[in-house]
This record gives sequence, structure tokens and C-alpha cells, in this order.
Amino acid sequence: MDVLETFVEQHAEVLSGARWHLHQAGWQDLAATILVLGALILVGSGAHQMVAPLAAAHPLPISLSPAALPLYTLRTTMRMFVAIAASLVFTFTYATLAAKSRRAEMVLIPLLDVLQSVPVLGYLAFTVPFLISAFPDSQLGPELAAIFAIFTSQAWNMAFGFYQSLRTVPRDLDEASRSLRLSAWQRFWRLEVPFAMPGLVWNTMMSMSAGWFFVVASEAITVDGRQIKLPGVGAYVAQAIREHDLAAVGWAIVAMGVAILVYDQMVFRPLVAWSEQFQFATTPVLLRPRSWVLNLFQRSRLLRRAARPVAAGVKTAARARLAFPAGVHRLGHRLSGSRSADIIWIGLLLGVLGYVLVELLGFARVALAWRDVAVAARSGALTLLRVVVLVAVATAVWVPTGIAVGLRPRLAQKVQPVAQFLAAFPANLLFPVVVFLIVRLNLAPAIWLSPLMILGAQWYILFNVIAGASAFPPDLREATASLRIRGWRWWRDIMLPGIFPYYVTGAITACGGAWNASIVSEVVRWGPTKLTAGGLGAYIARMTETGDFPRAALGIAVMSALVIAMNRLLWRPLYVFAERRARLD
Amino acid sequence: MNSQSERPLIELRKVCMDFAKPSGEPLPVLADIDLALRAREILGLLGRSGAGKSTLLRIAAGLVRPTSGQVYHRSMPLTGPSEGIAVVFQTFALFPWLTVIENVETGLDAFALTGRERRERAESAIDLIGLDGFQGAYPRELSGGMRQRVGFARAIVTGSSVLLMDEPFSALDVLTAETLRTDFIDLWQEQEIPTTSALLVTHNIEEAVLMCDRIAILSSNPGRVAAEIPVSLAHPRNRLDDAFRTVVDDIYALLTSRAVVFSAAPGQLHSGFARPLARASVSQMSGLLETLAGAPYHGRSGLREIARALGLQVDDLFPLAESLHMLGFAELSDGAVRLTPAGRMFVHGGTGERKRLFREHLLEFVPLSAHIRRVLEERGGHRAPRVRFESELEDHLTRRDVERTLRVVTGWARYAELFGYDDRAQEFHI
Repeated sequence: MDVLETFVEQHAEVLSGARWHLHQAGWQDLAATILVLGALILVGSGAHQMVAPLAAAHPLPISLSPAALPLYTLRTTMRMFVAIAASLVFTFTYATLAAKSRRAEMVLIPLLDVLQSVPVLGYLAFTVPFLISAFPDSQLGPELAAIFAIFTSQAWNMAFGFYQSLRTVPRDLDEASRSLRLSAWQRFWRLEVPFAMPGLVWNTMMSMSAGWFFVVASEAITVDGRQIKLPGVGAYVAQAIREHDLAAVGWAIVAMGVAILVYDQMVFRPLVAWSEQFQFATTPVLLRPRSWVLNLFQRSRLLRRAARPVAAGVKTAARARLAFPAGVHRLGHRLSGSRSADIIWIGLLLGVLGYVLVELLGFARVALAWRDVAVAARSGALTLLRVVVLVAVATAVWVPTGIAVGLRPRLAQKVQPVAQFLAAFPANLLFPVVVFLIVRLNLAPAIWLSPLMILGAQWYILFNVIAGASAFPPDLREATASLRIRGWRWWRDIMLPGIFPYYVTGAITACGGAWNASIVSEVVRWGPTKLTAGGLGAYIARMTETGDFPRAALGIAVMSALVIAMNRLLWRPLYVFAERRARLD
Repeated sequence: MNSQSERPLIELRKVCMDFAKPSGEPLPVLADIDLALRAREILGLLGRSGAGKSTLLRIAAGLVRPTSGQVYHRSMPLTGPSEGIAVVFQTFALFPWLTVIENVETGLDAFALTGRERRERAESAIDLIGLDGFQGAYPRELSGGMRQRVGFARAIVTGSSVLLMDEPFSALDVLTAETLRTDFIDLWQEQEIPTTSALLVTHNIEEAVLMCDRIAILSSNPGRVAAEIPVSLAHPRNRLDDAFRTVVDDIYALLTSRAVVFSAAPGQLHSGFARPLARASVSQMSGLLETLAGAPYHGRSGLREIARALGLQVDDLFPLAESLHMLGFAELSDGAVRLTPAGRMFVHGGTGERKRLFREHLLEFVPLSAHIRRVLEERGGHRAPRVRFESELEDHLTRRDVERTLRVVTGWARYAELFGYDDRAQEFHI
């Protein structure tokens, strides 16, 4: 809002004075009100559905009627939102603890690094049996397991991003808040959360996009011989596969597409546009993300009036001091600087680590043979080969395409949302279509199932490259043109180095996506036909299905190790290199 | 004024501040600072960048704990940010997501006030500081001058009697800075603000003379109070008054005498090559030499004149003049700078001649460049990693100084074609 606008608004306020009439509500009020009420009703009915089957020991059969789809989609979406709420709570506590306490940081950050590398669907092998036994005779167990799966796909990188924001709070604002003697609570809400907001919102929204894949996958899963069917789009598709109903698969794809579009327009864009106000650069921003929904809400007088008490409440809460008594503060200060406390803490950590290691080794010796490790490693090598080849192929296709699109601003504006939509779209809904074709054409599954892994992940490369090419400085482009640099040299010296940091970011995400997807894409079904491509994903899926937990754990450990190794040995050095080279100062 | 007999508001006794070297040894930044901020005075703290002025202000604010020594606020030991002390920052330090009035209200968050009291006090501070009408604006919509006014309003709303200002006008353009200074002095003179004592950190000599009742001059490496100068001119002060100019010239002379002592006897401070180099590029130095050689200076100028003529601050001018002095192209003394015969040759030489001359002087007068060159010559492949020199320098200098010194010597050596540097491999080479 600029100065002029503020002024005009205040002026209008004065004119209407104390006599405030409803007739001032324009179409914007109406539209905004409908949106709010609609959202409330949808959330209410979704939540009701979720809790309702609690009593039912046996879940309702999944109906393949397209008419049932809207409700299924709603329930899938609800799971997403519950998970995002849990991820936010986790982010605020875990990351804050890590950023504030040196000792907690020693444990929490490396732990986060590992948690992030564990395949999301790998968690299901353990959480499903655990939660089912915790809530027997109810849907709550599988429901929580699905939510937990989505949570694991979001929470780690949200927490990591928030932690990094907390560590990079500008020094002058930090000093200002200290010299104004803000309490820790005030500082958190006044300084730290607002500062982290743009990154947090962006991270949350990106994680949520990735989450669709996992919610669909976790709605229909077999663990230890037990088939889990949670009413939702994922279960609907699973049912369609069982009955080889290609039309139903098509309906599911349409329903999901609509859900993601609505989510993009109603949640993603408004939030990103809203979070712009927390952007730290105090210079005016030229290119702001726009959202018609946000504009509608901000311009609707009625809603603004309704939101005022809420905003005031939030502000009061942020202002409350809630400071620790001085004694606690002093004690904390003394402890945090103490050397002997450090020694005790590190000793404790080593002790716990040693104990866990001994327990694990003992467990593994009983349950596993060296042959198992060899099998897992061999499968891992096969999947690794697939990931590398697929990312290379996706790179060869999407880097030139992305550059071509990114350099044409008008085209980029049209293509970028599509690429983002495709990245969010759960590719596993498309699997049946591909599998149907493989079965029909009698193709070799070991080769033709592989592309499924990259089906959803490739778009990350595309839209990051588009972003990179769009951000390429115009003066450099002009200089290049006037120097008449063309052909291979143009690629090698100008464009590829220019987009490299963006490409690396996209490729890291694509790689992670491919590893995760391998668990559901290396074994697929079409009716009674089951296709297996071999590899580590198939291994983990098989062990999970039969309930062979030691081997499932082994597979997951091997996959995590491969992901970590790839990040450390390939992506991180590349990223550091790209960052350094692209810097001008 | 009978301020001498009153208890000082802030008192620093034997304050020392060390930063830790990578080896863990302490590196002194401030040494033995004894300083008192008395009632009803504006105390200026003048010094070069890196002299530790800002650190000193942060110690007085309770934001940083000194390594040793005591800080008192109204005769009570200061253990952290305290009621009655407010800070104004060089970068304004406003919360970009809060409006002007919300920013000002953060000054009251630490007090138990009702929403209404808070709003009233914020409004009156905004009114006083000339921000009326801007309450609902966000900082990004304001000019630098208006932003700093918000910074002042936020400090003043706390009702603090001590105001600590860290180069509050240095991020503003000349005209805006002047307006803000005058407005502040007016409020101060009329006693409309709760401030009874102010500390002004600055590197702008004229600004210090314009505003302060007393100026403490800080020397560098480590920072010490080198001199205290009372300024008894009446407000409003005029830059063109003879008395004003005399004070400014005195300070220039004082600063150059310190600079000369510092440059001429580096051995006493650092072992040879570990002398920190100031940020001065070859093109800036040639520019200064050429200006000096031409009319109306013809080889000699007072620092105040040439600073005004070139629109340079002390912080910009001194590194240049000092580097020229060190390299033997100019002489710095008594607040004036003189071209040496070598400097004259440099000005009249062509590119090749200039490079040759610069190279000779670099080898002769900058031990660090000679040291790097020697190491490179001795090594097979004529390459040496940057870390090697970094760790040598870090025994004597702070990280920031090491970073700058290596950057500067690399720039000079590249010009002189003495040695090169490969940033990707982080290696020096011939």
C-alpha cells in the first residue's frame, strides 16, 4: 500500500464517519465473503468426515463413481493441511531450539540433515504398524500415518530454512531489539518470525506442492500384508488399478488437477504475495507476485473490518512480554557459557550414541546376513544408475528448453505457472496410464518403468532453469549480443554459467524426488499384473509389504546413505562452486 | 556550566576489548579507554574506520561486554541494555514490516503500558520529530532522512536520558544530513527531548565540530583516546567562521601527526610485513596525485581544502593520503599533503613508467608485497596458497584487517605486475 492509498482510505473512513452501513459492501465484499464461507464449510465437512469413521472398524469400500471424487479430493486436501499445521509447529520449536542453544544445535542440525535424506515413503514401513497398533479398531492409525508421511516430506526443509533465517537476522535489527530490551517472546514475533516469513512461506508452499505425491502414495499402501485404504484420491486410483478402470484413473487426474489449481490460486499465490511485505530489502520492489484473491481480501472493506479484532489480538499477543524471571535468565546464561557443562553434555551424547550403535549392531547381527547387505547394495547401484541417467536425460532436455523459454519474458510468464503446476501434480496418478501402455505393448519393465521416477521430478529442473534465464542480467545479454557471441561459445561462456546455480538447485530437488519416487515406481500393478523393475525402491517396497522390517530398514539405510553421499560429494561442491563463480564482489 | 562536578551518566574505566585470533590469542581492539559522558553535553567520538568507535558505543550501550574494565550508568555497573539508554543506528535498524508508528511503539514494548498510553506517547514523539502524517507509512516508502527520523523517534519515545548515536547521518545525502543535524541541535538546545547527554560516533570532522561540546579522538590499532578537544563555540555554529575553521584544522593536524607516527614507525607496532593496509586503489591514488600536481595546488594542499574540493570524507581521504605517504609518493604532515619528487615523476610518466615506478616503491616500502614475491620466487611452480599468508597475518591483525590487507596488496601487485592471484584456486602466482 503506498502513501497515497493510505491517505485515500483514511479519507473515506472520515467521510462515512460513525454511520457505517452495509450498503457500502460492493462486489468485492460479496465475493470475499463467499470465499470465506465456502472455505469454512469445506473444512468443516472434511474434518467431520475424517473423524466420523473412527468408530467403524472396517473402512468403507472405495467407490469408483466420479461423483464420489470431490469428497475424496477434499479428504486428501484435509490431510495436507493437518500435516502442514504439524510441520509449522515442529518448525517453530525445533528450529528455534537449534538456533538458540549451542548444545541443542550440535545434535539437532546433523539429525535434521539425516532425517531429510531418508526416503519419505520409507518412514511408512515403521509408522503404519506402530500407529495401527496404537489405535486398534479405528481409522485413526492409518490416517495419522498418512499425515505423518506428508509431515516428513515438509517438516525437515521448513525447519532447516527457518533455522537458517534465525541465524542470519541482520545485525543492526538484532542490536536494536536488544537495546530496546524486547523479551525473547517479543523478539520472536516482532523480529525473527517476520524476518523469516518470506522464506518460510515459500518453503512451506513448495513443500506442500511436493506433498501431493506422498499423500496420494500413502493413502493406499500395503504394510506387513495389511492393505491400507484411506478414502482419498490415492485410494481411488488404487481401486481403479485393481479393477483396471482407465476411465476412473482419468477422472482422478482431472480431480487432482482441479484441486491443485484451486490450491494454487486460493492458498499458494495469496500467501506468497502477502509475505512480500516482510521482504527485508527496504527498497521498493518492482516485480511483486500478484494474487487476485489477496487483492480481493485486502480491498474488501467488510472483511478488513471483520479481520481487525483478529489482527489486534495477534498484535497484543506478540507484544506480551512473557519474560523469564531474571534468576532463570542468569542461570541459563551461566550454564550456556560453562565449560564443564559442555563436557558433561558431550559425554552424554557420546554415551547415547554408543548405546544406540551397540543395540543396532546386535539387532542387525541377529536379523541380517552379509548376503542381505550385498543384495541391498546391488539394488542400490541399479537405482543409482537409473537416477543418474534420468537426471542427465532430463537435464539435456529441459536446460535448453528452460533457457529458450526464460529468455522470452512473455513466454516465461505463461510457461512458469504450468511448470510449477506440473511439479506439484502427483505423478503417481499418471503411473497407471504408463503401466497400461507397457502391459499393452509388452515392453521390458526394467527399462520402461524407469522414466516414472523422473516423471514428476523433472519439472523442478525446468522451472528453476526458467527462473535462472529470466533473472539473467539484461545488460550482460546486450553486451553478449553486441560482441556477437553465438553458437557453442554462447552456451559455454555465457548462458550455462549464468543459470548454473539455479540448475543445481533444481537438480538437487529433482534427484531427491527421483529417489523418493523409486519406492512406488519400481513395482507397479495393473489389475492382476505386477511389473517389477528391480532396484532399491522395489526392494524396500517388497520388504515393507511382507513386513520384513530388518530388511526394509536396511534398504532405507542404504538409500539414505546414497542420498547423503550424492549430496555431499556431488551437489554441495557444485553448489559452492556455482555460488562463488557467479558472485561479482 | 557546572557539569564537571556532577556524576557522569556513563563512565568507562580502563575498558579493554580483545577479539580472538584464530590461534585463540587475544588481539586488542580497544585499550585502556577512560571516558565519561557528562550531564548536558554532546560528546563526539572521532576516529578512523576500524578504530573501534562503534565497538566502544556498543560497550556503552550494554550491547557488548568489554574484555576487561568497568562501565557505569549513573554510578551503577552496566550489565546489559538498560532503561535510560537509547541507541540510534547508522543503518536506521527499522523493522521493515512495521509501519512508522508501530516502529516507534517498539520502543515502548519493554514497558508495561496500556495500548492507549503507548499510542499517545508514540504520537507525541512522532509529532516532536517531525513525522506527522507518516504514521501509516512503511519504512521502504520513506526517504533515508525520514527513516532516520523514525530511528530518532524510537529512541526518544523511551524517555532515555542518554542517547548513543552511531554515525547517524553518514548514510544520508549531504543536504538531508545537514537538516537532520540542525533539527536535532534545535531540539537539544530547547530541551524538548528527554535526552540530557549524547554520544556521537562519527568519522566526519566537520560534523563533530558542528554538534559536539567535546570531542574525543580515537587512534587505531588498538583504539585509544589520543586526545580530548573541548569545543566551546555557541550554537548555531557556522562552518565559515574563523573559530570553527581553526578547530577543524587543529583536528586535521592532530590526525595527520598520529597518522605519520603510525606510518613511520611500523616496526614498533607490527613486525614488518604485518602492517595493515588501508583501502586505497591505484586509480584513486593516481587521481589524488594528479589533482595535487595541478592548479591551484601545485604540489601542496591542506587536507581540509582538498577534502572539500574533492567532496571526500576523512574516511575516504586518509587511507589515500596515508597510502601515498607510505609508498613515498606524497608526504603527510601538519594537516597538509605534499607531492614528493617520486610522486611528481609518477604523475608525468606514461603507463609503463608509472608501473615501473610503482613496482619499485611497492617492493621497497611495502614489506608484505616483497615477502609474497620472495616466497613465490622460492617455490617450485611459483605458486603459493593464500591461506599461508592469511595465517601469518592473522597472528597480528583481525580477520577483517587481514581480508582487506590481502585484497589491497593484491590490487597493487596486479597493477605493478609483481604477482597475480587466482581466486578460484585461492593461490598467488607469478
